[in-house]
Amino acid sequence: MNEQDLRHEIAAVKDGRLSRRDFVQRMLALGLTAPLAGMMLAHSGVAMAAQDFPYKPTKAGGGGPLKLLFWQAPTLLNPHFAIGAKDQESARAFYEPLAGWDADGNLVPVLAAEIPSVANGTIAADGTWVIWKLKPGVKWHDGQPFTADDVIFNWQFATNPETSAVTIADYKDIKTIDRIDDHTVRLVFAQPTPLWFTAFVGGRGAIIPKHLFGDYIGAKSREAPNNLKPVGTGAYLFVDFKPGDMLTGKINPNYHVPNRPYFDTLEIKGGGDAVSAARAVLQTGEYDYAWNLQVEDEILVKLEAGGTGFAEIVATGNLEFIMLNATDPNVEVDGERASLKTKHPLFSDPAVREAINLLIDRASIQKFIYGRGGIATSNCVNNPERYRSKNTTFEFNIEKANQILENAGWKKGASGLREKDGKQLKFVFQTSTNGPRQKNQAIIKQACQKAGIEIELKSVVGSVFFSSDVANPDTYSHFYCDMEMLMMTMSSPEPQSFLSQYVSWEAATKANKWQGRNVSRWQNKEYDDLYNELLRELDPVKRAALYIKLNDLVCAGRHVLPELNRPRVSGVRKGLQTHSSGWDNDLWQLPNWYRES
Amino acid sequence: MGNYLLRRLIVALPSLLGISLILFVLLALAPGDPFGELASNPNVPPEVREALRIKFGMNDPVLVRYVRWLVAMFQGDWGFSFASRVNVDTLILQRIPTTLYVVGTAQILALAVALPVGVLAARRPYSIFDQIANTFAFIGFSLPTFFTGLLLILIFSVNLGWLPFVYRADLQATGWQWWWESIKQAIMPITVLGLYQAASYTRYVRSAVLDVIKLDYVTTARSKGLDERKVIVKHVVRNALIPVVTLVALQMPTVFGGAIVTEQIFRIPGIGSLLISAILANDTPVIMAVTFVFACLVVLFNLIADILYGWLDPRISFR
Repeated sequence: MNEQDLRHEIAAVKDGRLSRRDFVQRMLALGLTAPLAGMMLAHSGVAMAAQDFPYKPTKAGGGGPLKLLFWQAPTLLNPHFAIGAKDQESARAFYEPLAGWDADGNLVPVLAAEIPSVANGTIAADGTWVIWKLKPGVKWHDGQPFTADDVIFNWQFATNPETSAVTIADYKDIKTIDRIDDHTVRLVFAQPTPLWFTAFVGGRGAIIPKHLFGDYIGAKSREAPNNLKPVGTGAYLFVDFKPGDMLTGKINPNYHVPNRPYFDTLEIKGGGDAVSAARAVLQTGEYDYAWNLQVEDEILVKLEAGGTGFAEIVATGNLEFIMLNATDPNVEVDGERASLKTKHPLFSDPAVREAINLLIDRASIQKFIYGRGGIATSNCVNNPERYRSKNTTFEFNIEKANQILENAGWKKGASGLREKDGKQLKFVFQTSTNGPRQKNQAIIKQACQKAGIEIELKSVVGSVFFSSDVANPDTYSHFYCDMEMLMMTMSSPEPQSFLSQYVSWEAATKANKWQGRNVSRWQNKEYDDLYNELLRELDPVKRAALYIKLNDLVCAGRHVLPELNRPRVSGVRKGLQTHSSGWDNDLWQLPNWYRES
Repeated sequence: MGNYLLRRLIVALPSLLGISLILFVLLALAPGDPFGELASNPNVPPEVREALRIKFGMNDPVLVRYVRWLVAMFQGDWGFSFASRVNVDTLILQRIPTTLYVVGTAQILALAVALPVGVLAARRPYSIFDQIANTFAFIGFSLPTFFTGLLLILIFSVNLGWLPFVYRADLQATGWQWWWESIKQAIMPITVLGLYQAASYTRYVRSAVLDVIKLDYVTTARSKGLDERKVIVKHVVRNALIPVVTLVALQMPTVFGGAIVTEQIFRIPGIGSLLISAILANDTPVIMAVTFVFACLVVLFNLIADILYGWLDPRISFR
């Protein structure tokens, strides 16, 4: 079926000649996934399936206290200043965005009356503007009405460089925001923008009130008293906050969704460690929910035997991967190691990269180290499912690796190491200090040994490895060694910004103080061109095809070796309903949380 | 005496300055920065991090930052936390009551156990009681608090389900319920800290009493036919406790400084957990304030210990 046929079918659904279900089934028969089919319909003006979250309580309140445990304690409650996920999650309990992302990567309205669409005339066909209709009758916790002015203010607040908001990049594409009426705004973009939903959506898009932050725009932004005392639109009212320890809230009787929330009070306790947080939910039931359980799966399984709760695994696009340096870390050019002017002496041979890829035992690493917390993969883009490539595979095969090296002229020397032209296959492999990662390194080292490759393992303390210290050669972005392993998070269901970490102009160099995102320094003209095409492409079907092509190109380059797709894990007490999504905050559906008796 | 005090205070000043300088330079040289987490977030442009560093004056030379900090400190301005932008003194004051309650009670418990056990053990050295007390004392200070803490959690929270292991500073309950819950949640941390401290105190008390009990004046008191209780309490313990009092005085700073490990295990929002989370977040102003206050307390209580010593034992004179 070609593009034209597809469009014909979509038109049939639109006119009512073909049912939505029939369409999805036809697409499935063609090998397309259901979410992709849904997305195609949505873009073409056919409404998405109603986003209904099962909610049994018939009135607000009466649920008693809801107790959440964050082993990293929140320290600040302004979504524009959230340093880490802990702050963003906690702010989300009080502030809300226009829309959120569900688990399949679909938009769900929160403060918006509806999701903009081409059919309703709320998205420009050329992608230069989008109209958001705001939900009427929404009130801030102090009784003031929520209006278009608040939306416009958040854009002004975040984009003022003096404010130093961490959300600045989400709003940078907006040229201006027109106030159409009290409850309608039009976002006008500087260029055709396919990703019109970057601003005001998800945890980073939560909106703060103009009447309280209006005086604190720019340099004084950090002095706003409400940075620690949120006044939002959310289902819980702020009560008290002790940074680094405890955050409490109580039910908002005027919440804009009827019969919600279910719980009377909210409590977010911070501090301690992840294992004991898991214990407090899974084993003793002292708490209802434990956030971000970075705990080895083996331990989680044991704790789950306690019977008071279970580990909730939520699919994300987060990727644990290994990079093979494209440049030479041992040669200094113009005062810079691993300069773009050099080529890695060993990895420039594709046979060596191919062999290393075959020597990563992904299945065993999943089985013995990460369990449910890491799914073996051969793709850079793993989720949402509609963007996952079916064209790649992974394999663990020592024999084949040996064969490839042998054929490429890498012969075993007296020491058992393979060599060619006097160069031995010896590599330094670094990662951050972290139990599972060191085990992971050891498994790869062992397999490489069997193929005549020697690997020296190095681990760097996380606070150094992930720091942005220009002077420290051990950070991941300097990448002054041959191989390294780390995880990159993918916060939006649209992998566009995630995929920017492989474009040529993002290469981490001395010139950009190693802040470029392309750390492996792999450069490929075809990839760059396709990526530029993606930036302009408005058609979701073509975009999906581009994502898959880009993914296949990176993977084929073999400088970036995907290893595991890492889901988010949290502890949930039995009976608590959370509707978690890997594309939004864990607390994104907090108003809909309830407990089944 | 006044002369002595003055001299000690004058000596204390440069040492405190030296401590603060070393602390500050060490922290400045240590890797990592408070906005490091932003570096690995693809959605945050690097300029934001740079702007924040400039806003908080972190790109200035170390000595300039030190002098700025010192001048502010002398004016009573402790600075603000990079993480929450709350004033450091507010943060510390929020947490002092909890630390005082938990660590202070633990010290009292330690003394309440160590004094009688140590004295009784010394009265009959190598008796069965002494042997048992000694064994427990050795076990007590050989087992680290992170081990005994977890052990207690396993027994009393996980297996028996009697006690909560997550400490909450602001309990919802009122009246008797509040008292009962705040005692219940503090039992385990206080026991862990108290028994650990009691173990070492017991050894000190025992050896101090043992030194005194053999002296001739004790034998004289006994031969006069004095009641054994009177001999021990009035003649032996009074003299034996002089070194113990010093020891306890020197332990006082920890009552304010909190117990890092135990506070972390039980999630007690005290000074110790404030310090460790500040260190993990590279929150320099908080680390500086907590460690500097701790240094001041150590100097102060050293002085108090010395003065107490002279007061308890008039043979010692201040020169």
